[in-house]
Amino acid sequence: MLHYTLRRLLAIIPVLFIVSIIVFMIVHLTPGNPAYLILGEDSSPEAIEQLEQQLGLDKPKVIQYFDWLGNIFVGDLGQSIYSEQAVTQIIVERLGPTFSLMVISMLLTIIVAIPTAIFIVWKRNTVLDPLFLSGSLLGTSIPEFWLALLLVLGLGVSVPIFPVAGYIPITDGLLGWLHHLLLPGIVLAAVEVGLIARMLRDSMLESVNQDYTKTARGKGVKESTVLMKHVFSNALIPTTTVIGVTVAGLLGGTVIIETIFTIPGVGQLLIDSIHRRDYPVIQGVVLFVAFVYVLINLIVDLLYAFLDPRIRYD
Amino acid sequence: MLEVKNLKAHIDTPDGVVKAVDGVSFIIKPGETVGIVGESGSGKSVLAHSIMQLNPKPPTFYPQGEILFEGRNLLQLQEKELRKIRGNDIAMIFQDPMSSLNPVFKVGEQLMEAILTHHHMPKSKAKQRAIELLKDVGIPDPEKRMNAYPHQFSGGMRQRVLIAIALACNPKILIADEPTTALDVTIQAQILELMKNIQEKYGMAIIIISHDLGVIAQMAEKVLVMYSGRIVEKGNVEDIFFHTSMPYTWSLLRSLPRIDSESRERLLNIEGQPPNLIHPPSGCNFHPRCPFATEQCKLIDPELTKRSSNHFVACLLSEVEFKEAKRLMENVEQEGDLKHV
Amino acid sequence: MLRRKRNLIPFVFLILLFLATMTATWWLPVSPSFMDSSLRLMAPSAEYWFGTDHFGRDIFGQTIIAARVSLLVGFTVAALSTIMGTITGLIAGYYKKLDSIIMRIIDGMLAFPSLLLALALVAALGGSVTNIIIALTFSFWPVMTRVVRSSVLQVKNIQYVEAAKTSGIKDPVILSRYILPNVMSPIIVQGTFIFARSILAEAALSFLGVGVEPSIPTWGNMLQEAQIYITTAPWFSIFSGIFIVVTVLALNILGDGLRDAFDPYAKGKKKVKKQMFKQRKQYAS
Repeated sequence: MLHYTLRRLLAIIPVLFIVSIIVFMIVHLTPGNPAYLILGEDSSPEAIEQLEQQLGLDKPKVIQYFDWLGNIFVGDLGQSIYSEQAVTQIIVERLGPTFSLMVISMLLTIIVAIPTAIFIVWKRNTVLDPLFLSGSLLGTSIPEFWLALLLVLGLGVSVPIFPVAGYIPITDGLLGWLHHLLLPGIVLAAVEVGLIARMLRDSMLESVNQDYTKTARGKGVKESTVLMKHVFSNALIPTTTVIGVTVAGLLGGTVIIETIFTIPGVGQLLIDSIHRRDYPVIQGVVLFVAFVYVLINLIVDLLYAFLDPRIRYD
Repeated sequence: MLEVKNLKAHIDTPDGVVKAVDGVSFIIKPGETVGIVGESGSGKSVLAHSIMQLNPKPPTFYPQGEILFEGRNLLQLQEKELRKIRGNDIAMIFQDPMSSLNPVFKVGEQLMEAILTHHHMPKSKAKQRAIELLKDVGIPDPEKRMNAYPHQFSGGMRQRVLIAIALACNPKILIADEPTTALDVTIQAQILELMKNIQEKYGMAIIIISHDLGVIAQMAEKVLVMYSGRIVEKGNVEDIFFHTSMPYTWSLLRSLPRIDSESRERLLNIEGQPPNLIHPPSGCNFHPRCPFATEQCKLIDPELTKRSSNHFVACLLSEVEFKEAKRLMENVEQEGDLKHV
Repeated sequence: MLRRKRNLIPFVFLILLFLATMTATWWLPVSPSFMDSSLRLMAPSAEYWFGTDHFGRDIFGQTIIAARVSLLVGFTVAALSTIMGTITGLIAGYYKKLDSIIMRIIDGMLAFPSLLLALALVAALGGSVTNIIIALTFSFWPVMTRVVRSSVLQVKNIQYVEAAKTSGIKDPVILSRYILPNVMSPIIVQGTFIFARSILAEAALSFLGVGVEPSIPTWGNMLQEAQIYITTAPWFSIFSGIFIVVTVLALNILGDGLRDAFDPYAKGKKKVKKQMFKQRKQYAS
């Protein structure tokens, strides 16, 4: 296990290196001078020159990259052009809402997907299974922003159960926090549930006819116990990798959902910064999200290894 | 104790109904060892799973027959009642020890599950019992091995664990479905030896299923020979091996390598494919592959008839006719061999 | 493949949608760009099936016309991703030495949630149909590379490929004549899914206001404009949304169906066969 962990840790170094190059290039591959892009075509040459110096754009690209990379290592992602605050600080300030939203939608997804998958596998020879498959296919075909609009219309306006915008920090009261995040959380979860439940069902179905389930049935164990204990425990292992996929979906989804529900999180920050052409912030957010994503996938992989005794004891 | 009466187990497939077991009857008395032998696809495994009611339903269904265990028909029992019998009165070990243990649970846990499913007792007591069982099946250092995972055991050791699981509730019948097929030859002998020993100690009846007549000869007192879902010959082990009366059994015997044999008998495979169980051949199912088949065999489906007190055969040839045919055939082959030399 | 009804229905739908949108100007009774401020935000009626928008334009016509960009973006991204992914995947799977380099880069690209990478790229390049296509292709082709590579690894060591190698056939020929035909099915399936995902992504980008120029009608742009009228004119949001869902669903069903059709032991009726096969194998002994 130690060997596996070390190998896995080492493997993320090249990935992060490539990530940093891509993020760096995103800004520098823009046609023309980034300073013009930021300030607009008709700005004065002095202003351009000043910004170029401020951003280090007058140096060769390779030097710029390593300067930038060096700063990242000490936690310096540069300065916002719009607010002149440190990018790191801006992102940290926006973390709370995004993190809250992701936790809630993740929990909702798991709470719905796992029992659904178990139930479908239990009823696998009935009409419920093809129905479920169609439903899951439909689920992955719905754009989350459209679903959000419909739910806002239904649960926010027609039957006003939930607020349709805003955010209350958890420190200002758990109920208000939950009340504001539940509707956006439902939207995000709704899109993920179909995918996760489908993957869980597939791996459970693979496990349901394995020889060890026959051994368990041969012991006189109840069918429900066979499913919940023997089949589920084995199906869970490959499903952990699905969590990585879900997180990716959620990270993308929060951008849209935060914009619709005006939740002041990282996603909204990104969209605002794009509109403001605040490139240091865009760069910082994209780098940060990619870093989080790589980290979560690392944790998932280690979890996978930990859950599977065949790897844990090797 | 266990009586199977005219059992049919059919499987619904998109291509048609597979008559996997097609009218099988036999009786097992306490403490007895019965061997079921046949090629792949002869239905012996479906038969074994039928007794445990472990064939998936659907697609398997039982259009006819009874499986009477201590007077109760297992085919008509509720799932709840069946569960009380499975593992407790009738236990089973499967062909592939590598995949028959759940990889994510400790061996001890899986063994204790077998005990605790049928007996209410404190966990500590179940653990004691589990350690005893592991000792009984010859696993060294059982206290420590309780905490190991299946992948840390060799194939032979896993089969021992599976036997321990089957023994957990001291069953009256142990069904062993090809228990040694997946194991090395030396390990095979050890497992068979172990099964004999535990039968002596626990006194249960054993149904052993194998395609290997060697295994059957070593273990069984009574033998059922199955072909395309039916019993084609049954009798005591001597009847089957020394008074073989069915061409199929004879072919099976000839396909067996014999070290002790002085004759220069060649290793023979049975020619042709096992029959299609959806559209079985007319007449005797074996006639397309039978070296002695006559026109009669294509028309008449022979019934299992008594030859001696315990010996039953489903063949149109009489004992005398069969002996004569065999002799002729062997002469021809010997001549053929001489020519080749 | 298309003989099965399940695949045929979505296929026919997509063809019809394509034909309808390409010929729309000829058969639509009202020009989709015709504005009449006296007809602002009218509910669906016999004349305006889907109602009218905030400029008094016919939403039905707009929705049909908007399919052009969505299908164009989806198809182009799918095609470009497939070409790039197939080439890189073939190379990575076939040449061991290049494999680790290519796959490190691919891993790096896959470390971004795809929508996020597309957002950042569009932010840098500026919003336009071409730039959206570039950004989405960049986000989706690594997925194709992975799929192709793993398929190549599976067929690479099959005997006839080995035989071709030893008989001195050149690598490009082996790759195109011996390996590519054998990895076509996962490529087509994945391509269909990328088509579907690109339509969703383009709609999302346009909805966020960083996608296709607002003057060009796309489903995402329509929803972006409709957003503020969600309470007063819900039909404005509903119909273009339904078109996205149905189109993406059709592609997903098609992808799923193709996967089953290519995989002899997959779902549906064939799944039963697979189980039977397994059981028969178990019973066989």
